[in-house]
Amino acid sequence: MSWLDNIMRPKIRGLGSREAPDNLWVKCDSCGQMIFHRELEANHKVCNHCGHHLRISANERLTFLFDDGEFTVIEQPETVTDPLKFRDRKRYSDRLKEAQSKTGTGKSDAIIVAHGKIGGLPAVIAVFDFKFMGGSMGIAVGEAFVSAARLATLQEAPLIAIPASGGARMQEGILSLMQMPRTVIAVEEVKEAGLPVIVLLTDPTTGGVSASFAMLGDIAIAEPGAVIGFAGKRVIEDTIRENLPEGFQSAEYLLEHGMVDMVVPRGELRDTIARLIRHLIRPKATAEVVALPRTREALPDASSAAPADG
Amino acid sequence: MLRMPTFLDFEKPIAELEGKIEELRHLSDGGGLNISEEVTRMQEKVERMLRTTYSKLSPWQKVLVARHPDRPHALDYIEALFDDFIHLSGDRNYGEDDAIVGGLARYRGASVVVIGTEKGHDTESRLKHNFGMARPEGYRKAQRLMRLAERFGLPIVTLVDTSGAYPGKGAEERGQAEAIARSIEVCLDVRVPTVAVVIGEGGSGGAMALAATNTVLMLEHAVYSVISPEGCASILWRTSDEAETAADALKLTAQNLEELGVIDSIVPEPLGGAHRNRDEIFEALDNALDPALQELVGLDGGVLRAKRREKFLEMGKKGLS
Ligand SMILES: [Zn+2]
Repeated sequence: MSWLDNIMRPKIRGLGSREAPDNLWVKCDSCGQMIFHRELEANHKVCNHCGHHLRISANERLTFLFDDGEFTVIEQPETVTDPLKFRDRKRYSDRLKEAQSKTGTGKSDAIIVAHGKIGGLPAVIAVFDFKFMGGSMGIAVGEAFVSAARLATLQEAPLIAIPASGGARMQEGILSLMQMPRTVIAVEEVKEAGLPVIVLLTDPTTGGVSASFAMLGDIAIAEPGAVIGFAGKRVIEDTIRENLPEGFQSAEYLLEHGMVDMVVPRGELRDTIARLIRHLIRPKATAEVVALPRTREALPDASSAAPADG
Repeated sequence: MLRMPTFLDFEKPIAELEGKIEELRHLSDGGGLNISEEVTRMQEKVERMLRTTYSKLSPWQKVLVARHPDRPHALDYIEALFDDFIHLSGDRNYGEDDAIVGGLARYRGASVVVIGTEKGHDTESRLKHNFGMARPEGYRKAQRLMRLAERFGLPIVTLVDTSGAYPGKGAEERGQAEAIARSIEVCLDVRVPTVAVVIGEGGSGGAMALAATNTVLMLEHAVYSVISPEGCASILWRTSDEAETAADALKLTAQNLEELGVIDSIVPEPLGGAHRNRDEIFEALDNALDPALQELVGLDGGVLRAKRREKFLEMGKKGLS
């Protein structure tokens, strides 16, 4: 059985948000005001007082991006877990189990790959779950990202990559660093198939994730207020020994510095992505460079050509 | 120019003995005493101590050796191993970044493009090269040079020695993440032979940007890691005092990385590390680089690119046994 058989065995997941809030009011972590939870849900978890975009789970993200909240999650191939037998104050293997029970995603890691339709057109989404060890990228995430790219190619669908990650999974050492080239290759494969890669940068996108596939989309969209950058703010402040300006590394700051195409509020994301796909997906995708005919007849007759200068 | 040798903490007993040898030599010069036998005996002891110490360096000790200020840096290797080096500057977009040096050169008679992160060797040169921490301009210059190599079918050799990309305000504003990502992309894409050598510190994304190559060599006591042991300790152990423990856990030595399939081969260092005998390390790298390039030269560009992709797609398929 090939890896394709593996990834093509779909598994429908329960839709909608798992986590029912204990109380009906949620405090906005930006303005501090209380928001009624039903209002928050209806507003895609955007604060109705200050517009702050609260962090959301991978599952919620998929639900509101795909048409009618319908999608098929792709089961991921198994990968080596804990390749270095890493242990800090806790065993990495225990941290993994904790994260899995916290996110309720069974054996999966910090990423979900799903396919469905956006604006009536097929699309593949690879979305990070920040709640799973800070969305950090290790082997399992890299592997899932590669399979997302291959699924997109197979379905002739765009790849929508949605990072929410603090960077590399330190507990996998150098092997987590190697997921940078792996995800870069994945993006290249989709591009070579003539298909669009759309990256939606969400809060936060930093470190090794920002410095690999996340910055290589054909289109880069950022969510309002998202922190996006390579080095951590504190590391920079310690290095340059000065305070950084307000909003440094925010989505808006990046837009101002030419690093993203647009900053789009959560409520408008699905429409924006659908419009982009409609522009970029062509009936017969091709990435080949075609040589123009260069026969003698095709060239203008030198004698009848207009004077070269004048 | 005479430079005072720097001794690492764990080299202290060796340093003391070497000091005594120097003293004795000085005495014999003045007094005409015949103490050559004693000196020989002591020198043998130094060698034995070096052998024992360096044959079982801990990962943290390797980090210190890899950062040793007297260790040869990229420009030293370029000068020793390459001829007719023509330094090329600038990213054609914003500026010149001396943290990354590069240009055209001749290696064993054939033209190549050589690119390296350069740390500098004294205060002035360290400042000039920003301690080997590159800004986006450095990575964009590297991309430009790699494309230049591709255009003229020249093999690319990169020399990696950096604690990481520069964490600065301007660097972020000018797209440090994008510059590194693009550098990895170009490194993976070029249709010419590519060989990276981790000569000292291979620090995170800043190193990865130049190391997505067909072949990766690593010096015996060099280190290559996703994060510095200090950084890892302060995040996972909540104190940088645990750097030594973190260095162990990260599996960042050349020996570990070879087992993990991340690097292709290890270049042996002279007794007591590369900083103790420059000529010997230059020769050792020369002897490793030539066959590494020979293996790739002559292969079709598309094949080189496909092999490179295949190799990196396999990364992480196996852990330490
Ligand atoms: Zn608010």
